[in-house]
Amino acid sequence: MFKNIYAWLDERLGFDDLYKGLLDRPEPHGNWWNTLGSASLFLFIMQGATGIFLTVYYTPSPDHAYDSIQYIMNGVAFGWLIRGIHHWGASLMVLVVFIHMLRTFFSASYKYPRELTWIIGSFLFLLTLGMGFTGYLLPFNQRAYWATVVATNIGGVVPGVGPFILRALRGGADVSALTLSRFFSAHIWMLPAALAALIGVHLYLIMRHGESAYPDADD
Amino acid sequence: MASSHRISRRDFVKVTTVALSTIMGAAMGIPVIGYLIDPALKVQSSEAWIPLGPLESYPIGTPKAFSFTRSNINGWEKTVNSYGGFILKKSDSDILALSNRCTHLSCSVNWDEGREEYVCPCHDAQFGSEGEVNAGPPPHALDRFETKVEEGNLFVLFPAVPHHEG
Repeated sequence: MFKNIYAWLDERLGFDDLYKGLLDRPEPHGNWWNTLGSASLFLFIMQGATGIFLTVYYTPSPDHAYDSIQYIMNGVAFGWLIRGIHHWGASLMVLVVFIHMLRTFFSASYKYPRELTWIIGSFLFLLTLGMGFTGYLLPFNQRAYWATVVATNIGGVVPGVGPFILRALRGGADVSALTLSRFFSAHIWMLPAALAALIGVHLYLIMRHGESAYPDADD
Repeated sequence: MASSHRISRRDFVKVTTVALSTIMGAAMGIPVIGYLIDPALKVQSSEAWIPLGPLESYPIGTPKAFSFTRSNINGWEKTVNSYGGFILKKSDSDILALSNRCTHLSCSVNWDEGREEYVCPCHDAQFGSEGEVNAGPPPHALDRFETKVEEGNLFVLFPAVPHHEG
């Protein structure tokens, strides 16, 4: 019966073609460094899932942000686990994406015809850093607050437009409730949307061009 | 060449991947369900015996007001509510504890010495000394607290419950 259901669905959706085209494609001889892109994607999905679950209890207001996280850590069953994965996964994602980028650089995989994959990947790395930057403020403890004061001040020393950048990042002159809510918005809507869209293009390009083979002695 | 019960490398990788994914999915999925439904599983018992001091401090025959506060914690939010009522001690063994919350729209009623009635300031509802409705819009009598006396101290059981005559 499952075969019939599958056949019915496959006739309409074309699973098999998709599978053959996207996943069952020929690869150059395996290398563990080539798995870091998939690892990055996995971490992105994991961060997305745990992040969605955190918003069930987290409250992005200066009055409640800290308390709501204390509640997640101590009050809710497995809250410590969900937040722990999100917390450590964030650092791991920056690390894995960066090593993925180094691998691409050292294996010269950014060359023709994969320049666009590389450029989009660079933006993906910057967006990942942006996720780390905006997520760091959300616990709204002393460390989060002062880290954001310092980091937004760094934006403020840009010649000419610095003061404007500072105010735009903070939503005013000070790190305040407005900063917290705009960082929250960036962290859960804007940056993830941009990441997801660019990851889509990135994956499409990888499927289009295939993975680059490592140069051998003849090259 | 390869006998039929030998598993190919490709199939081994497939089976291992599916098995590991299932284990990881379950390891994550079960905590997530617990995480989502956790507040629903915590039933806060609000019942409590509220101490109101020595019974001898309550006069016989005249209602005496009392009040107390109860805090309610939902997640990280703590709310404190005030409650009040009247103790009418008819004798040391016959004690009536009425809630002061008008059954019409929850205003606080006051004991009017001259009229020997509880009077609500909002819509002029009047209750007799036993809490029964004498006049005005309230649908039923004042709520009552269960009482008990332990070692000469009076306690009422929170919350007050509706009292229906007859």
